[in-house]
Parts: sequence; structure tokens; C-alpha cells
Amino acid sequence: MAEFTLPKNSQVQKGKHFPAPAGASKVRTFKIYRWNPDDGQNPRVDTYDVDMATCGPMVLDALIKIKNEIDPTLTFRRSCREGICGSCAMNIDGTNTLACTKAIADCGTKDVAVYPLPAMSVVKDLVPDLTHFYAQYASIKPWIRTQSAPPPDAERLQSKEDRAKLDGLYECILCACCSTSCPSYWWNGDRYLGPAILLQAYRWIIDSRDEDTGARLDDLEDPFRLYRCHTILNCARTCPKGLNPAKAIAEIKKLMVLRQGA
Amino acid sequence: MPQAARPKSPHLQIYRWQIQMVSSILHRAAGIALAAGTVLLVCLLASLAAGPDAYAKVQQFAASTLGQLLLLGWTWSLAFHLLNGLRHLLEDTGAGFQIKTFVMTGWVAVIGSVVLTALVWTCVLLQRGGA
Repeated sequence: MAEFTLPKNSQVQKGKHFPAPAGASKVRTFKIYRWNPDDGQNPRVDTYDVDMATCGPMVLDALIKIKNEIDPTLTFRRSCREGICGSCAMNIDGTNTLACTKAIADCGTKDVAVYPLPAMSVVKDLVPDLTHFYAQYASIKPWIRTQSAPPPDAERLQSKEDRAKLDGLYECILCACCSTSCPSYWWNGDRYLGPAILLQAYRWIIDSRDEDTGARLDDLEDPFRLYRCHTILNCARTCPKGLNPAKAIAEIKKLMVLRQGA
Repeated sequence: MPQAARPKSPHLQIYRWQIQMVSSILHRAAGIALAAGTVLLVCLLASLAAGPDAYAKVQQFAASTLGQLLLLGWTWSLAFHLLNGLRHLLEDTGAGFQIKTFVMTGWVAVIGSVVLTALVWTCVLLQRGGA
């Protein structure tokens, strides 16, 4: 059920302020969501003044600088720092994106607000619990499913045209930015699969080598799993890889109608 | 070590309001308003059937400030639900999903609904003034 306000234990309180070191020339302020599972307190927003003269250009650079030089307790996920692993997905300046590919200069002119991905269970600070998201991914059986025997002496081949249908889908890195930007997923994420998983489902539905399209569509034909998408389009607007989950979902809905026949 | 129950991260409280989110929630609000407005329409028709006295009462209410405000809101709801509904119809065909396109059509629905409402009310007020 839709729960528009935050539960009592989730309400955010004012946090600590870490001023910039003396002599800092270009200061930018970061307001970062903090929650520590061990101190029994509510989440809070800490304020960090960072000297941009000695900081890299991306939000992830600032987070790493804060952790290294200002506050080692700040907790976040990061790995590749080039937008391919999806670990540093978080809500920056009001929308979901990857901290490593989001330039600080693109975060407006005011303080930079950094929160974990929205409406998720928080493990610590900027780290959300993605267990349910991954379980939903597993539920669509995201691998090739075939009926026919494979060719004895070759791989299953695909025409260039069929391969082109996977463009805009295979690039998804499952960072969960889109799913956690979706109000429908906020309210019904327990049963609605969300944009990321539906884009992945479509990636297999549209793959010419996959032979289980009917069963895949059967699995999605559900008021919640698929049809909680109300074309709000936050997903398409926020995807850090420039993909369009909303369009993929629309194509699934079209296939649902088309297979009913004329 | 015992752990505190995990909090839920902020969502509506922190997500930036963008046109696609605004038009979506307005579509719902307008739809609900239209459904409620239908009850008023039934009242009007029922009073019409009941006779001139009853009809005069409904007319009196419609002419009051509250009545006029409700009618204005209803006109806007109809205009917005219509325009944004056309947008959804387009999207159901698989078109209009480019960011540039849906931002544009979203604004068209919002601004267009205000323009349509103004047009309808200008016509109504002009006619009333002329009568």
C-alpha cells in the first residue's frame, strides 16, 4: 500500500557540520544522509564543506575525499568509477544517478544533497538493501531459455537486424536508479517488478534466440508485476546509461495485446 | 550485536519534482475530480426532472462562489484529463518516449489545459454577458 510519509524510525534529523579546512578557496557544501545501525538513532543529514580546489570533478570524488580526509565513517558502495558497475547509484541533487558519472558542476549552484536510492531499506548511510531487487531479477529467469536442440557445430546465430533489437537493452547495468525513481515502485515495490527488471524481461522477450516468449509473457501478465507501470516516466528521465525502461515496458504491453490476436 | 530496524530512505520528500511526475499525479487528481463532478451532474439532471423549483435551487448553488469554483475546477479537470489522456493514448502505441518529447507533451498538457479552461470560460462569460 502507498505510504506517503516516512515511518517514525526513518524521519531524518539534523546532523553534524564539518567545516572546510582553513585556507580552503573554493568551498562546496554536501548534505549527506547518514544512518548508523549501531547507535539506535534516527537517520540524519550531515553537512560537509569540501574544498573543490583539491577535489576531483565527480560527486564520487567528493565522497571519497570526505571519507579519506574528513569523516572515515561515511559509508557508500563504489567500484569501477566509470559508470559500468552500478555500485554508486544514489539520489544526488534530487534525482537518481551514479555518483561516479555525475559532475559536481551539474548539481546546480546550491548545496549538493546526497541520499540513498529512494524508498529502500537502508543498510548504512548511502547503502540500500537490494536483496528484493535482485530476487525480482532472478524471478524473470534472465537467461536464454530454449526448446530446440542447439546446432551441433555452431552457436545459436542471430541476424544483424535481430541483434540490433537488443541495443538500448543490453547496456543496462542493474544499478536500480530507475526502479527506485518510480513512484509506483515506491508504493508497490513488493509486487511490482519495476522498470529495471521489466526492461531486462523485455531484453529476453525480444531476443530472437530465446524460445520461451509465451511463458515469459504469461509470467508478466499480472495487475501488479507489469501493469503497475502507469507511464510516469521517471525511469527514462533518470537512467544514468540513457536507456528507456518505460519504452521497453510499453513494448511488453503492446505484445500482450498483439498476442490476443484480432 | 543487536541491530536497529532499518529505516526507509526518503522518497517523495527528496525526489525532484519534474514535469512527468507532476502530470502523472495531476492526471489522477483530475480523474478523481471528474468522478466526483459526475455526482453534481446527476444532481443537476435529477433537479431538472423534479421541476422548476428544484432546478432553480441547483442553479442558485451553481451561481454561488463555491459553485463557480467547483465548475471552474471541473472544467480544468476535464481539459487536463483529456489532453493528458491523449498523451497516454499516444504512449500506448509506443510513441512519445524520448525525454525531449515527453517533457514537451507534459508541458503541452499542463499549459494547454489552462488555455482550454480559459477559452471555455471566456465563451461562457461572454454569452452570459450578451444574454
